[in-house]
Amino acid sequence: MKQIDLLIVGGGPAGLMAALSASEFGLKPLVVDENERLGGQLVKQTHMFFGSKAERAGTRGYEIGVELEREIAQRGVEVWPGASCVGYYPDGTVAVMKAGKVHGLNPKSLLVATGASENFVPFPGNDLPGVYGAGAVQTLMNVHGIRPGKSVLMVGSGNIGLIVSYQLLQAGVPVRAIIEGLPTIGGYLVHASKIQRAGVPVLTRHTILEARGTEEVTGATIARIDDTWKPVPGSEREIDCDTICLAVGLAPLTEALWQAGCEMYYVPELGGHVAWHDELMMTTVPGVFTAGDVTGIEEASTAMLEGELAGLGAAKFVKGENADLKCRIEDVTCRLAGLRAGPFGQKAREGKCKLAECRR
Amino acid sequence: MLRIESHPILDFVKGRKITFLFEGKTVEGYEGEPIAAALHAAGIKVLRHSPKLGRPRGFFCAIGKCSSCLMEVDGVPNVFACITPIREGMQVRRQSGRGRLKTV
Repeated sequence: MKQIDLLIVGGGPAGLMAALSASEFGLKPLVVDENERLGGQLVKQTHMFFGSKAERAGTRGYEIGVELEREIAQRGVEVWPGASCVGYYPDGTVAVMKAGKVHGLNPKSLLVATGASENFVPFPGNDLPGVYGAGAVQTLMNVHGIRPGKSVLMVGSGNIGLIVSYQLLQAGVPVRAIIEGLPTIGGYLVHASKIQRAGVPVLTRHTILEARGTEEVTGATIARIDDTWKPVPGSEREIDCDTICLAVGLAPLTEALWQAGCEMYYVPELGGHVAWHDELMMTTVPGVFTAGDVTGIEEASTAMLEGELAGLGAAKFVKGENADLKCRIEDVTCRLAGLRAGPFGQKAREGKCKLAECRR
Repeated sequence: MLRIESHPILDFVKGRKITFLFEGKTVEGYEGEPIAAALHAAGIKVLRHSPKLGRPRGFFCAIGKCSSCLMEVDGVPNVFACITPIREGMQVRRQSGRGRLKTV
């Protein structure tokens, strides 16, 4: 039987940082990831990160992914690419499928860092080929170098909608408009200004009525909405596009945590159901940790720190605490609080507070 | 042409050019890229038809989560076309219905 101190499901920013911090404190981690490449969603992020130098600010997302991958290799952490976690059994066995074979692993601790998946919105024709998640559009053009289509309607003006719109322009794809149901733009002003300067209209208080087309998207109908979110008659407008990009938020990918029997709570600020966790990211199931978007939709920078913390938590769980570990835990906890301190961290702060309260 | 030839930030390092079969027709792609990406670049967006109403479906999430892109690959149904890399000579078909496993 293979000895694994910490099994990490998901090789994104949280999982990789956990692998690094855990191995630094003497654990033998194994990282499993469905993709062939490590880095999770960092691999498609071409924008520079905000924050301070310690959080790798000023570096583009995909470059951070490459850095982390290099550090993982340097430290000799074992990685299984192309491997899916397919089940958690009551005795703590984790089933991982790799190249058509299922392996039953019995790690001393487990980190679920599975990330999140794109939300969907209801409208006629939303199942047509050509309606893509913003993440999918990023993957296609920034990882594989393929344009999603000839012209795009972006739904959602949060940071992802704004950033992906800009990246579409960089890839030579016109963005007809960005529509937003709320009366104000959701994302940062810096991203919104950039895309508006490039001539893309951001239409607030607008919604999509339908995607047109029979085999594929050939256009979209949008309309203005009133204060009760009802379309205003006569305000319908046809948008000429072959791609409709949905940037309407993300939801945590929590299947493994539910299966493990972790206590789950619905916290809208965090994007849906998330597992309760303590200060070291351990869930209500001893030895089962969680970090990153799966425990609340935030940024890659906070995911990295949560992952780092979870790795340290696993080290404490498996090997016990020592002075060095204690000091490091304090440092990471402090930096994480710092990242969430500003006005943009308010939602996450409130969500995490609510989650903590759930068990008091 | 949907392939990006020049980009202000990114250089795309492509694998070897290989061919695979889609519905029996030869399609070109680059080694390492997923089936759905190679098909998209070739102008093919419809990857399957839905089980009940037979509606056309393409990929949606591109991270192997939403099940919109399930295809039949080398006779095996329900393969995530968005994260499964192409291989030389691979036989890819549109899936209709829920797919049937071959009895072993």
